[in-house]
Amino acid sequence: MRLRGLTAMLLFAALPVFADDVEISGYVSAQNRYFVQQELDSRQHGNYVSLAAEPEFYLEKNAGNDVFRFKPFVRLDQYDSKRTHADVREASWLHVSGNSEWLVGVSKEYWGVTESVHLVDIINQTDLVENPDGEQKLGQPMLKFSTVQDWGIVDLFVMPWFRERTFAGKEGRPRSSPRVDSSLTEYDSGSEQHHVDVAARWINSYGDWDIGLSGFYGTSRDPDFIPKVKSSGEVVLAPFYPVIGQIGLDIQATKGDWLWKLETIYRNGQGEENYIAADAGFEYTLVGVAGTQADVGLLLEYLYDDRSKSIVSPFDDDIFAGMRLTLNDAQSTELLFGVVQDRHESSRFFNLEASRRLGESFVLSIQGRFWNNIARDDPLYSLRDDDYIEIDLKRYF
Amino acid sequence: MTMLLRNAHGEESLRYMRTRALEVENDGDKTLMVFDRPRDVKGTALLTFSHKTELDDQWLYLPALKRVKRIASKNKSGPFMGSEFAFEDLASQEVEKYTYKYLRDEACGDLQCFVIERYPVDPNSGYTRQMVWLDKQEYRPQKIDYYDRKNSLLKTLEFSKYSQYLDRYWRAADMFMSNHQTAKTTLLSWSNYQFRVGLKDSDFNRNSLKRIR
Repeated sequence: MRLRGLTAMLLFAALPVFADDVEISGYVSAQNRYFVQQELDSRQHGNYVSLAAEPEFYLEKNAGNDVFRFKPFVRLDQYDSKRTHADVREASWLHVSGNSEWLVGVSKEYWGVTESVHLVDIINQTDLVENPDGEQKLGQPMLKFSTVQDWGIVDLFVMPWFRERTFAGKEGRPRSSPRVDSSLTEYDSGSEQHHVDVAARWINSYGDWDIGLSGFYGTSRDPDFIPKVKSSGEVVLAPFYPVIGQIGLDIQATKGDWLWKLETIYRNGQGEENYIAADAGFEYTLVGVAGTQADVGLLLEYLYDDRSKSIVSPFDDDIFAGMRLTLNDAQSTELLFGVVQDRHESSRFFNLEASRRLGESFVLSIQGRFWNNIARDDPLYSLRDDDYIEIDLKRYF
Repeated sequence: MTMLLRNAHGEESLRYMRTRALEVENDGDKTLMVFDRPRDVKGTALLTFSHKTELDDQWLYLPALKRVKRIASKNKSGPFMGSEFAFEDLASQEVEKYTYKYLRDEACGDLQCFVIERYPVDPNSGYTRQMVWLDKQEYRPQKIDYYDRKNSLLKTLEFSKYSQYLDRYWRAADMFMSNHQTAKTTLLSWSNYQFRVGLKDSDFNRNSLKRIR
């Protein structure tokens, strides 16, 4: 908290000096989530309205060789006190010198190539209350060095402060049952949130192959959960963050209309045994279907996790199949539909995402998440009655 | 540059973007393009290493996820940003991308033109052929007719407001594309052309793609 506050203060202090040059952009949004089934817990609700904003302040100096960014985020939710939250997505100074870059502050880093799960991506913590797809991330305080060489790009990270995952509150949905109580968070490391995490990544392209190799040592972004009984008698899950080491590999081969993808990790420190997880598959694009300008992408991925029982990972031996429709129209209309099916059990997860620009500065998007026939021993079992449809209207400025 | 899209009902939509290009000896250009508007795609950027006859290498940067995606470049006939321009209409023009046939001389506006027919080498091109009007004075394209895969007239591109830069390079400020089959049009307007600004090979990579603004 201290580090974040300090960086933000420094940036705020610097901003007025160059106020004329500061570029402001971002969005405000209004969102409604409608839950199809009766809530499992009587404290929950059937419909949630929320408002969010994410402005970005951007300042460039020395012909773009010094870049200052400040990007706060805030959401106000009708019922869920945990989804009502604020975060500093970015508050950073980037300095470019020749082939090298230095970045200090809060920032975000994305690694990987696959569509359905993001195994290799590990720098930022997931802002889970924002979206169960795990693609929304919290800002991560870091010192980053990056250099571009003939043999690839190397990024080195030192991360002095850990961010806890966000979880839905008592009244929130979707959420596990029993709920996760973040006030009971425990750490493997004695220095808790102050454990200094380090990471490195190399990425290069060889013709139509893109290959990335990464390593991470530090506090796992994925907590384990320990059931606890509170003094009130309520059973809750306490997050426990172990210290882990992870090696990751991501490869994409771009062959004409085919994208072949692989992500795989080897992790140690999470649970009793070291484990391997992987996601491999393809995206094939049918261009200009049925004489129109629209493209249809067909996606297929196989998800694997070698931890013996599926109680740890919901994606231990699953198939993801999806379809992406891109109309290529002036409104950038897009639709993505996907299903993850367990190979051995009935468990199935459906996902729908669609968006369209309205006029010049509005975007309307619809998301649907449906958990179907979830087996009792599946980690997603407690989400079985949390199917929902979300409508979100953003105004960009 | 700006693109003004207009559909058959006269509804308009505007796009702003900027582009940097580096000519590469014995290969296609390297280009970096960043979108400013519509505002929801602000900061989205496209890095292209084009090649004379092989497939281009293309990476797309999505600022919301801070994700760089290698994208399929085989299809160049699709619309660019929902406009009437296809990617291949805007791609770097290399002699090797076509075979040619001289048709005739003809007046084009106040100028005299060579009329040439050219045939794309790339089997994935959206066109069977293009008719190009080049003025005899400076060899500047004045007009291009595009014929679709069924060999019917699809689009016409008209170039106007030519200026010469550094006493050498002629560039059109306006490129107007009209689609004869849908009645949609796109006016692409270029401004603030700069040459020899010191761009280097090292200005075109994943890091500069994530950085460009």
